[in-house]
Amino acid sequence: MLTIARLAPRFLLCGLLAGFLSGCGVNDIPTYDEAVKAAWAQVDNQYKRRADLIPNLVEVVKGYAAQEQETLTAVVEARAKATQTQIPSDLLSNPEAFRNFESSQGALTRALSRLLVVVERYPDLKSNQNFLSLQAQLEGTENRIAVARRDYIQAVQVYNTELRTFPGRIWHALLYSDLQPRETFSQPETLAEPPQVKFN
Amino acid sequence: MQVFPLRSLAIICVCLCFAAVAGAASALDFPALTGRVVDNAGLLDSAQERRLTDQLRSHEEATSNQVVVVTLTSLQGTTIEDFGYQLGRHWGIGQAGRDNGVLLIVAPKERKVRIEVGYGLEGDLPDAIARTIIDNDILPAFRRDDYPAGIEAGVSAIILAIEGAYEPMARRSKKNETFRYVAFVFLVIMLLIFVRFLYQVDPGGAQRWPGGGRRISGRSSDRSGGGFGRGGFRGGGFGGGGGGFGGGGSSGSW
Repeated sequence: MLTIARLAPRFLLCGLLAGFLSGCGVNDIPTYDEAVKAAWAQVDNQYKRRADLIPNLVEVVKGYAAQEQETLTAVVEARAKATQTQIPSDLLSNPEAFRNFESSQGALTRALSRLLVVVERYPDLKSNQNFLSLQAQLEGTENRIAVARRDYIQAVQVYNTELRTFPGRIWHALLYSDLQPRETFSQPETLAEPPQVKFN
Repeated sequence: MQVFPLRSLAIICVCLCFAAVAGAASALDFPALTGRVVDNAGLLDSAQERRLTDQLRSHEEATSNQVVVVTLTSLQGTTIEDFGYQLGRHWGIGQAGRDNGVLLIVAPKERKVRIEVGYGLEGDLPDAIARTIIDNDILPAFRRDDYPAGIEAGVSAIILAIEGAYEPMARRSKKNETFRYVAFVFLVIMLLIFVRFLYQVDPGGAQRWPGGGRRISGRSSDRSGGGFGRGGFRGGGFGGGGGGFGGGGSSGSW
């Protein structure tokens, strides 16, 4: 009994201290870090989903527009480059690796939008039910990528701001110096406005 | 030296102004969620609106899926895809944790229509099905300028696609009730053990035990009133349940 009575003030103090600390944002950096990770998982997920759709799309287009070999090859190569690049584990805080990731996915986006412009010339293909379904899925995935990227950019902005402003700056120096600022996307998603192709 | 704080103050002020401008520029002006049918563009008459509302309400009561029809006067300069997911998140259509909301958005000025699908229904209403609904059920009527027919056909097709996607609402709330009851009993037992322990440790607490017991039981009956009375979270007006959207669905134009 005596020990409990003696320890009670200490427990109280610890409780108060914990409350005080969480009130002034000691947990903010890890919380925002987890939000960034979750947002990135969504981005990664949607890019993978797009990569999974491409082989079927290429097969269907091949059946109707085999003469567009060049455009199809470009898509296949861009996909291979985007999916086979070794992604380092510190991708989000490694500027060079992040730029590589972004540019290879951007190249795939551009190759795909060229393909979608080219298929406009093939009415048979455009009435193929299988193609329409794949096209809808691809459009949906591109839109999900755009949303996931925007959510990621926002999460990173909150996290990086916390790292660089008071009082997050102090907590970062004291407790979380292993957490680095995160990279974010610099180029806009381009499929929304496909490149203009002149038909001569 | 005196200039320094003044200058930093000025910089802060300028930054704040920029922040305010940027915030205002990116924020869309969302319509109010007045019901399951928000007909801001005035495409439906009151009988059609009532019919759709009844259809959507009975669907939600059966499956907990929230489907909302919204017609917009303007997309405010952005794309319907961009507007759609932000509106869905803003309203929180669908139940929290299930994300089972669907928006049918019609923007007659821009001649765009979109089915925006919440995370939880992307499997039952995938993009390809949403596209088929738009192409086969909605757009033919819209091209004839018969908006009510297109909206009604679209809503019926959406409901058909997502029906049976989730266990009915009634069964879910019953399970919740059982869980709440068990949790409540568990809590009471824990409280009793805790109080018992306190009084055992306290010398001379044995005499006060019966009184303490009565006091606890009185308090616990108060708590039961609070706990079980919270059932009707959708009494009165219609509101979103806090569902999430990630850009799923499909769009079309006519």
